[in-house]
Amino acid sequence: MGTAPSLPGPAPAALRFHPLRDSATMSRRNLRHMLRYPSTTLVLVGMPIVFLLLFVYVFGGALGAGISEGPGGRSEYVTYVVPAILLMTIASTVQGTAISIAMDLTEGIIDRFRTMHIARVSVLTGHVVGSVIQAFLSLAIVMGVALLIGFRPGAGLGGWLATTGFLAVVTFALVWLSVALGQVSRSVETASNLPMPLILLPFLSSGFVPTDSMPAGLRWFAEYQPFTPIIETSRGLLMDQPVGHHGWVALGWCALIALGGYLWSRRLFGREHPS
Amino acid sequence: MATAPPETAISVTGLRKSFGEHVVLDGLDLTVPAGTVYSLLGANGAGKSTTVRILSTLAASDGGSARVRGHDLASEPDAVRAAIGVTGQFSAVDSLLTGEENLLLMADLHHWPRRDGRRRVAELLRRFDLVDAARRPASTYSGGMRRRLDLAMTLVGDPQVIFLDEPTTGLDPRSRRAMWRIVRELVSTGVTVFLTTQYLEEADELADRIGVLHHGRLVAEGTAEELKRLVPGGHVLLRFADPTSLEDAERALDTSSRENGTLALRVPSDGGLRSLRAVLSRLDDRSIEVEELSVRTPDLDDVFLALTGQPGAEKVST
Repeated sequence: MGTAPSLPGPAPAALRFHPLRDSATMSRRNLRHMLRYPSTTLVLVGMPIVFLLLFVYVFGGALGAGISEGPGGRSEYVTYVVPAILLMTIASTVQGTAISIAMDLTEGIIDRFRTMHIARVSVLTGHVVGSVIQAFLSLAIVMGVALLIGFRPGAGLGGWLATTGFLAVVTFALVWLSVALGQVSRSVETASNLPMPLILLPFLSSGFVPTDSMPAGLRWFAEYQPFTPIIETSRGLLMDQPVGHHGWVALGWCALIALGGYLWSRRLFGREHPS
Repeated sequence: MATAPPETAISVTGLRKSFGEHVVLDGLDLTVPAGTVYSLLGANGAGKSTTVRILSTLAASDGGSARVRGHDLASEPDAVRAAIGVTGQFSAVDSLLTGEENLLLMADLHHWPRRDGRRRVAELLRRFDLVDAARRPASTYSGGMRRRLDLAMTLVGDPQVIFLDEPTTGLDPRSRRAMWRIVRELVSTGVTVFLTTQYLEEADELADRIGVLHHGRLVAEGTAEELKRLVPGGHVLLRFADPTSLEDAERALDTSSRENGTLALRVPSDGGLRSLRAVLSRLDDRSIEVEELSVRTPDLDDVFLALTGQPGAEKVST
């Protein structure tokens, strides 16, 4: 038996995984999708811009009068609502993530990746990196529009850097959640609907109106749901005001969402897909 | 018995798989020597795709064991993945990327150095007749082109064992022939091909050995010739213009049988000239006019029908 000739099998070195290299490859793939079909990004960034204009120009006069005693009105409301719109921009982008994951799954290309000797998580990290970059492009566009219509943040360079870093953390967390949502959906349609709560939750937070203007039950929900501390933190950082305990609560939520999304995604990716 | 013989590319023992109540694989055994083409032949739902999904690590089996190039599927899936290439029934290309980008993606995932990767991709595009379409998104490709790109992507990693799940289903005859040519070229380079098909012609054209899969079991296995020998299906088909001629002929040829509902008669024959002449001279002697004559040698269709027509057929060893 010991002398039996054996076919030259792959050397052990060939069995090593290269998660970073594979993730970079997969990220390039997703960025290429994005560059080739810019309309997808434009549609995703369109929604928050429409909401921004709607809330500032249609509701802004009345809402602005409601949130402050002063004569601020519309111009004050721009300042108030932009953090919520930024969060909505991220939510809109991750809806795109869920859709593109679901498309991959229906296309059969994921089955090819599964039968290849590659670091499996790279398929998912590719989507994550692509989406984070896409979210930042969208955030830059939305911020540009906000500045054009009178958003005047008080943050200095430090505040801007902190805001950027904080939004990166939020994006990262929501993208991982969305990667799981995209996998759990069996169709592209479901994938575009499942992240809907992420778009709606900012409305039930301190994003559009202060929570103390809400009825008791709703107010309780709004104060304890994760988007309120996230919005309060971005608001504080952008306006150069103290963020207080909101910052830690927000980071805690993000860590929880990111970890949960990551573990859920990994489990879903490892499961068997009968077809 | 711990390891398969080294010259064996795929060995499967007692493989079982059910989806709920539905038994898909019911104790499958098969062995594929390295460097050969094995074709799993069966109707839709016979368990072909499930077999490929299990052997390519996409699905887990419920029982039994399988080795690919000596690596156990359950305990060494990574080693199996490093040795195989899979082209499934449903195209696994990235429609949003061009053909060339799809291939380069594979080259990157196999960690080919940039220049080697590009050279290899260019060569595959040439070989698979995709040079003109290389810079177009795969979403614009025809069915045949997609399938070729799909297989080319599988080959970027130089797999030693290739699984092809119904590689020509839905292709037009020309694309099918192109695919067959490609598979033959592959085999000449020494790789092992495991192919599933519902086309008997395809198995006959390509495979060294054929396994007939029915209700999750192999009901027959052997070379195309061996399988054909199992079924005495050769005959001459005679068609007549009117019922009178038919009846006359039936009396003249005592071994004949009627084709139900037609004016045709089936006469057992080996298809040789001598037996043909005997039939014709008998008809001539009685001046019976034959409108049309065709000779049919047994093909895999006959084998397939004979073996799977009766449920629960015993496995025939050859």
